[in-house]
Amino acid sequence: MFSAAQATIGMANIFLDTVAAPESKVNAPAEPFIWFLQTFVTLFLIMNVVLVIMAYQTWAERKVLALAHQRYGPTRTGPFGLLQPIADAVKLLNKESITLKEADKSVFMIAPMIGFIPAVAAWAIVPWGDANSEGLLGGWIRPVIANLNLGVLYLLALSSIGVYGIVMAGYSSGNKYSMLGSLRSTAQVVSYELTLGLGMMGVLLMAGSLNLNEIVLAQSNTMWFVIPQFFGFVVFGISGIAETNRSPFDLPEAESELVAGYMLEYGAMRFGMFYLAEYINMNTIAAVTATLYFGGWAAPFPFLEFIPGPLWLIAKFSFFLFIYYWIRATLPRFRYDQLMGFCWKVLFPLAIANLAVTAVVKLVGIYAGWWG
Amino acid sequence: MQDVKDKTIPGGEDFAQGEKRMRLNMGPQHPSTHGVLQVIVDLEGELVVRCDPVPGYLHRGTEKLAENKYYTQIIPLTDRLDYLSPFNNNLAYVMAVEKLLGLEVPPRAQWIRLILSELQRIASHLIWFGTHVMDIGGITPFLYALRDRETILDIFEMCCGARLTVSYCRIGGLMADVPAGFVEKVQDFVKLFQLSIKDYHKMVTKNPIFVGRTVGVGVIAPDDAVSLGLTGPTLRGSGVNLDLRKAEPYLYYDQLDFDVPLGTKGDSYDRYLVRMEEMAQATRLVEQALAKLPEKGPVKADDPKVMLPPKELSMSRAEEMQRHFYQVIHGFPTPVGEAYASIEGSKGELGFYIISDGSSRPYRMKIRAPSFVNLQALPMMTEGRMLADVITCIGTIDIVLGEVDR
Repeated sequence: MFSAAQATIGMANIFLDTVAAPESKVNAPAEPFIWFLQTFVTLFLIMNVVLVIMAYQTWAERKVLALAHQRYGPTRTGPFGLLQPIADAVKLLNKESITLKEADKSVFMIAPMIGFIPAVAAWAIVPWGDANSEGLLGGWIRPVIANLNLGVLYLLALSSIGVYGIVMAGYSSGNKYSMLGSLRSTAQVVSYELTLGLGMMGVLLMAGSLNLNEIVLAQSNTMWFVIPQFFGFVVFGISGIAETNRSPFDLPEAESELVAGYMLEYGAMRFGMFYLAEYINMNTIAAVTATLYFGGWAAPFPFLEFIPGPLWLIAKFSFFLFIYYWIRATLPRFRYDQLMGFCWKVLFPLAIANLAVTAVVKLVGIYAGWWG
Repeated sequence: MQDVKDKTIPGGEDFAQGEKRMRLNMGPQHPSTHGVLQVIVDLEGELVVRCDPVPGYLHRGTEKLAENKYYTQIIPLTDRLDYLSPFNNNLAYVMAVEKLLGLEVPPRAQWIRLILSELQRIASHLIWFGTHVMDIGGITPFLYALRDRETILDIFEMCCGARLTVSYCRIGGLMADVPAGFVEKVQDFVKLFQLSIKDYHKMVTKNPIFVGRTVGVGVIAPDDAVSLGLTGPTLRGSGVNLDLRKAEPYLYYDQLDFDVPLGTKGDSYDRYLVRMEEMAQATRLVEQALAKLPEKGPVKADDPKVMLPPKELSMSRAEEMQRHFYQVIHGFPTPVGEAYASIEGSKGELGFYIISDGSSRPYRMKIRAPSFVNLQALPMMTEGRMLADVITCIGTIDIVLGEVDR
């Protein structure tokens, strides 16, 4: 009889044959079933870490904004308001989920999930340590969930899927503001995805791989890619903020004109899922920026290598998150046409130029033997 | 059941066949319409093809209420017009009544009025600054602006006990003299605020996104501004030099040295610069007025027919007590006639027109509310522009719905 376990192992084998890195020790398991369980344990752990970080990110954002505003921020829930995320979660879970009469009910219910799932799934490829190592506890806790050769592509694909959540939410709410918000969001994310992808092309050319772990290793061997790829970093960083609908690119939910944009009619945990997705996306972009341009889990100097990789990654992406909060506290919002103009007239040419120069230098280097 | 497609309701008419438009009902519950303003916008995509402001959701019938109240009792009503600058409303109203009665107000009271009026202008402009930038998306300046406004409210609290609905002016003077320490507190504020303005300029004025959002948005040509009857910074942003403090000096503005900032292009950015400069000029005015403020002197006019007798006399002498009771119960009679007084309020020309039939209540009181007149410019400013510009334009004409609807 064809059991579920056999099916899973079969699936895992197909997966390994097609996309996983062949040279990786972790992904060439002797016992596929054990390997699957190990993946599950790693996944469970990483997901929880990501969600806890995300919860405290909301707290950190409030505190940083409060600092910029000369306020206190949350203080009532526990010391320094540290229990605020828990209070928020309890509040959201206890509220009634309302579906409007005008809403397209099935789409309305699915939309938050479609926004949420890709956001979480993107964390599968972010390496927390050297993906070629065995990991902790004899491989039961691995540094990365899936060491994909197509890592970066997977990431771009997932961020494209996330847009559907926003589009469906706006479309199904039966509210004009939501509709406008989701239309804006579609145009915005489609445009900025292009510059996001083009911005990171330079890094991919330099590292010669789409695998995030390989990119980190390439940086450890030479230098952080932010130095040779500074323009790429600028394009990628700005597009990343736009991609996550953060201020100053928060047009889909532009509070002053569209009230709350696409999530206007959502309440309770359905709203919470959009909120979670937004923050996890922010986390992902910050972590990917750290990985692509700032050496990811690797220590900046050899003498600092005693600090484990995950802490480096957290430190690096926390820095970017802080910058996101800072930007939100500082900058006003773009207008829709200015936003698109900025993307197509400034970022897009810059990204193309950066890509062209990198490609030429790389090619010349190969013929001249600069790269050994 | 009322027909919802009633042609008399604004926005009630149907679209013509084949018009690909969407009608968006912004307000009266909307975070950025500065209160309960409803704006009916017809959109083609994000482009505004028609914009129709619908005031009236905060109508309280102030003008009609005034016909049933004694002159003194109307002062608290005026607080609630432009609730961001209550003192200026008090001032414009009592000036109209004083004109009607021909009252002489003692100089100390007039100087204090001038100082407080300018402080109130700063407070009102600060709220405008904060909310305008917040509408455009910058959240931080709002809190900085409120921090400075807090000090002004403290000064008002010190003078009369109230922070928002001050009712500090009385017909013929002020409710009471300012307390000890007033001058020092105002001086401290002026010093601090001159630094704050520099901060605001650093935070906002040269920010490329802010400049991009306001330059060329909501342009009002000088001719249009005049024919629409705009006043205040909204008019001066278009380069028309009309400031009642210069044109028809009231209080002691003719003794003080200050500049009237003017715009050149008439767009939102010009109006922004005009208001920012007005705040700076207001600090100059306050500084000069503090230097000229008489050390001592009465703050109430000497006219027993209008003014209540001093408290110590009404508590000790029979005639004074009778007069006190009589005035509180029956008010004071006014000469038959009419009077119009206007001041340069923070939003524009704020005028009160009073017709008296000789009784102790006005026969008719008309309030010339600058916000209401300025709001007329909104359709002209927004049509053919993006939806986000509607919000910028509402912010830039600086309306307060309490005054629009009265």
